[in-house]
Amino acid sequence: MTTKKILMKGNEAVVRGAIAAGCRGFFGYPITPQNEVPEYMSVLMPQAGGVFLQAESEVAAINMVYGAASTGARVMTSSSSPGISLKQEGISYIAACELPAVIVNVQRGGPGLGNIAPGQADYFQAVKGGGHGDYKLLTLAPWSVSECFYLTALAFDLADRYRNPAMVLSDAIVGQMIEPVELPDKIEVNIPPKPWATTGRKGRGKNVINSLWISPDQMEEVNRRLQAKYTLAMEREVRYQELAVEDADLVLVAYGSVARICRTAVDLARSERLSVGLFRPIGLFPFPTLPIQWLAECGKRFLVVEMSHGQMVEDVRLAVNGRAEVIFYGRSGGVVPTPTEILDRIRKTYGRSAGVSHYRLNPGPEARR
Amino acid sequence: MQKVFEKPQALSDTPFAYCPGCLHSVVHRMIAEVIDELGVLDRTIGICPVGCSVFMYEYMECDMIEAAHGRAPAVATGVKRMLPDSVVFTYQGDGDLASIGTAEIVHAAARGEKISVIFINNGTYGMTGGQMAPTTLIGQKSSTCPGGRDAAAAGYPIRVCEMLATLDGPSYITRVAPVDPVGLTKTKMAIKKAFRNQVDGKGFSLVEVLSNCPTQWKMTPVESLSWIDENVVPYFQPGVFADR
Repeated sequence: MTTKKILMKGNEAVVRGAIAAGCRGFFGYPITPQNEVPEYMSVLMPQAGGVFLQAESEVAAINMVYGAASTGARVMTSSSSPGISLKQEGISYIAACELPAVIVNVQRGGPGLGNIAPGQADYFQAVKGGGHGDYKLLTLAPWSVSECFYLTALAFDLADRYRNPAMVLSDAIVGQMIEPVELPDKIEVNIPPKPWATTGRKGRGKNVINSLWISPDQMEEVNRRLQAKYTLAMEREVRYQELAVEDADLVLVAYGSVARICRTAVDLARSERLSVGLFRPIGLFPFPTLPIQWLAECGKRFLVVEMSHGQMVEDVRLAVNGRAEVIFYGRSGGVVPTPTEILDRIRKTYGRSAGVSHYRLNPGPEARR
Repeated sequence: MQKVFEKPQALSDTPFAYCPGCLHSVVHRMIAEVIDELGVLDRTIGICPVGCSVFMYEYMECDMIEAAHGRAPAVATGVKRMLPDSVVFTYQGDGDLASIGTAEIVHAAARGEKISVIFINNGTYGMTGGQMAPTTLIGQKSSTCPGGRDAAAAGYPIRVCEMLATLDGPSYITRVAPVDPVGLTKTKMAIKKAFRNQVDGKGFSLVEVLSNCPTQWKMTPVESLSWIDENVVPYFQPGVFADR
């Protein structure tokens, strides 16, 4: 383990995490704000003995990943929102063929061409399937440069473990921000044997990578197998972080860069003696449904903050299932919510709850402004 | 008893489901023979397309990958880059290669990807019911140009070999017309050269096969071959467009 602290961008940490995890193939296409990923890959991947290729399009890049993943190698692509949309057909094929691969989305403002500012409006696309058919991506959302490294590495493990594409759902803040990080020289890499890979049939019968099942019964069987994997992942792969939640009566729920902003808002609220905590899903699929359900049963209220007009909030509401109040606050189109505007929203929720006795002991939020 | 003729090892026991007289099965067999003759069955990975030959993975005995429509050259690129010692081929129709997959084929050729592309040009979308293809001739009828292809509305057929030959990347580009014994022999030789180029470490090779579709052309197999000779060959001239 190295103990040297260095300054690094989130996008570079993605590259270093991937290579440390044994990724040996990268196929991508330029799009802001993820360009550091292919740029660092173009230098570091050949040094690691791997393949770097700038494809002619995002469509070609994901299909190169499909072919490269078919050989059993750990491979990946990265892009940003509009480019990820272009990859959806290929991702559906990769999921249907049960190929492990990693896709990084450094989300930007949308819809349409949008802009290059941060966004979180690709949540539905990332966690509900995205392309055609019933499939899911194992989705991880880093909130720091350090997590860009570790969660990208973890994404390769999950992809292999479930033979399913995994997504690292970053955004323009997480990807572009520079933080001091302490990264290990090496991490433990256990790549499972892949007897299904199309590497040439030497010493075995032929292997076929295919998602065409003309018989509906056979196609349904494939779907059942996929769903069984997702059920297993929902039991085993729930990842989240709680901050100051235990005594909180209002829990902010946010992921990625917005969770960082919410952490500051929690500090501000606490300094006003408002009992506010933060729940941060690290894995978005599988979603931490049970922990949120438990918090709801404990009588906590929720304020979900996103850089969208309300996507993850739907999963929070499903988890809460009417047991508690779920409030939403979102900015979109590349606008980043500030800690103080989140604090204002927190104050407002306490204002509405002014009827509850112990809140009356504190000066009302409006009075404090 | 001496065995004088047998099925190539690279061909499976699955009977072809192609229409009677369709050249797909002939070209499949030629590819299988070439794989046998070069002794590369254990390191060949084939990429099949969307279209009538979508089930090619059933017919071949080598490892196979089923690609999305038009993306076979990108999939082949991914495989070949990860496994440089393998022999990778794509098998694509004209809708797949010359319409939806133009970007992938042009850039695979421009990069000089060390793959072999077998391009079946029969001027129609056979599997979906005979719609107009990028290589449908002017005046040729299809289910989406029932009055015949009109250049003013639908533009002109694409000559893929001539277009790709403008690039520096490809090693070998040829067009063949297997409508008679000479054409069949040339087709087999071209496919073999395209595969041998890979064994020799050379770059991108493409063989365009002028093919038929008796079903959608509404002709007998024999009529369809004459039609290629009389109508297709004058527009899509056989020949070698790059060899280096």
